[in-house]
Amino acid sequence: MERLLRNRWALVLALALVLAALPLVFPSNYYFRVAALVNIFALAAIGLNLLMGYAGQVSLGHAGFMGIGAYAVAIGASRFGLNGAVAMLAGAAIAGLLAFLVGRPILRLKGHYLAVATLGLGLLISMTLTNEAGWTGGPDGMAVPRLELFGLRLRGPDTWYMISAGALVLGVILALNLIESPTGRAMRAIHDSEIAARVVGVDVAAYKLKIFVISAIYASIAGSLMAFLNGHITPDGTAGFLRSVELVTMVVLGGLGSVLGAIVGAAMLVILPQALTIFHEYEHLLLGLIIMASMILLPRGVIPSLLARLRGGGA
Amino acid sequence: MPELLQFAFSGLTVGAVYALVALGFTLIYNASDVVNFAQGEFVMLGGMITVFLHLAGLPLPIAAVAAILITVLVGLALYAFAIDLARGSGAVQIIIITIGASIFLRGVAQVIFDKRFHALPAWFGSEPIRLGGAAILPQSLVVLAGAALIVALIFLMIDRTILGRAILATATNRLAARLVGIPVRRIVALSFALSAAIGAIAGLLVTPITLTSYDVGTLMALKGFAAAMLGGMGSAPGAIVGGVLLGLAESFGAGLISSKYKDAIAFLIILFTLFVRPQGLFGKRSTERV
Repeated sequence: MERLLRNRWALVLALALVLAALPLVFPSNYYFRVAALVNIFALAAIGLNLLMGYAGQVSLGHAGFMGIGAYAVAIGASRFGLNGAVAMLAGAAIAGLLAFLVGRPILRLKGHYLAVATLGLGLLISMTLTNEAGWTGGPDGMAVPRLELFGLRLRGPDTWYMISAGALVLGVILALNLIESPTGRAMRAIHDSEIAARVVGVDVAAYKLKIFVISAIYASIAGSLMAFLNGHITPDGTAGFLRSVELVTMVVLGGLGSVLGAIVGAAMLVILPQALTIFHEYEHLLLGLIIMASMILLPRGVIPSLLARLRGGGA
Repeated sequence: MPELLQFAFSGLTVGAVYALVALGFTLIYNASDVVNFAQGEFVMLGGMITVFLHLAGLPLPIAAVAAILITVLVGLALYAFAIDLARGSGAVQIIIITIGASIFLRGVAQVIFDKRFHALPAWFGSEPIRLGGAAILPQSLVVLAGAALIVALIFLMIDRTILGRAILATATNRLAARLVGIPVRRIVALSFALSAAIGAIAGLLVTPITLTSYDVGTLMALKGFAAAMLGGMGSAPGAIVGGVLLGLAESFGAGLISSKYKDAIAFLIILFTLFVRPQGLFGKRSTERV
């Protein structure tokens, strides 16, 4: 079991099989919608986990990049007449460029200073989306035109489940390749000891920046997909501080430095509140409790705890 | 000219509140390395509990004292049932726990109270005082005086009492403090109680001016955190200066540049300060030991 979890192609294959099999048991469109949301948040969480779990840098503003991706497809299609897919790529490019520009000064900071700087960056993005109502529709948000590809209008949660599942598998493959590459080794070195990494000749600043840009692009693509799935976006729903917190919680809850963990964390944090929607009035109260309880009970994350248990039990 | 004076007054008033929140941050951070994002919720609770106890028929002063006491209990509960249980977890985990606590407290306030805005009567009426062409609300003076008094008391306590010395010792070196017989966990609990009280008082003081609702805490916590950061994390004088500077910058920025981006100005300043001086205005440059 542990070998299986460690083998990256086995992981990709298992994930693809599960994602392909799930539609067979989904009784209604509602399940497709929730599962699509899991895929989308898992994608963003994998990107953030590269930054947090491998490069050891926290970001409390990552939803800002999701917001850029979401509004890129909405504004690109409705104001500039771009095809949705082109607008999605444009959004990813903008998010990546922004991360590249602000990344170098921000990533020089450490610990709590890094946390407040990324938090500030995320808030600035969501405030801009809220205030530029002429472009974004303000706090009430805006509608997202349907994506048309090869003459087909893509709509319906089942369609977007398939597309988001494909994007997730692709995202997992890219992330696993990155982790096994020289960049991945350099990242792990930075995570364990920045000074030691620098001493053996790793260009710490350049690698951190590279991962920051990559994780921003993951978040932006996820944001675009979420915009297409929902058909309507708001600044708070895409780029808000609460979204950033949810992303960070997904990463830590699933397990820092575990690609599978990011998926598990996203699934837990998307599905649990859905299961509790009958207590609508208590939504925030329960979300807060879930976040606190998961950090207190599983500070190391689900997947690393599971791996440790398997290792202990198998020996 | 009168406008500038007006901006300065309102900036100082808001800044005093940020300074109090930042001071609460600093107290907890120094005692335990915990960055407490639920700090803003203490401000919200101070205001909201007073409003609702007053509505329930209690006289205002009694409602206010009760609100402070209840908030202190919430602060102690936060320490005992969340932070203390997560001892030994990483910094990120603890940050997420306090953010979770703030979401939780907001959720509780939404259920127990309501989602509307509420005001408290001003202490000395709401007839503005004219000064050099600008108008000051008497309540602004109450906020400034109250903040100054609290800051003075905290500094006196830390400087003059044995309890304050124990807090200082804990902040300097937790292990050494334990070795000389200081009950470190009780000191940390005390720091949570103190900063809950400071937050609740800030909420009481400012509610007649800014109104309160169940969700005022988030932005308050973020700005208090930013102010503490601006002054240099862990420095109490830095927290005060950072808070006041942030309040002034926001007020002048909103008045002279754009009121839509009032909240953004604060974070632009923080980002810029951190880029130029990563350790904050009063923070010591840290060196990493290998």
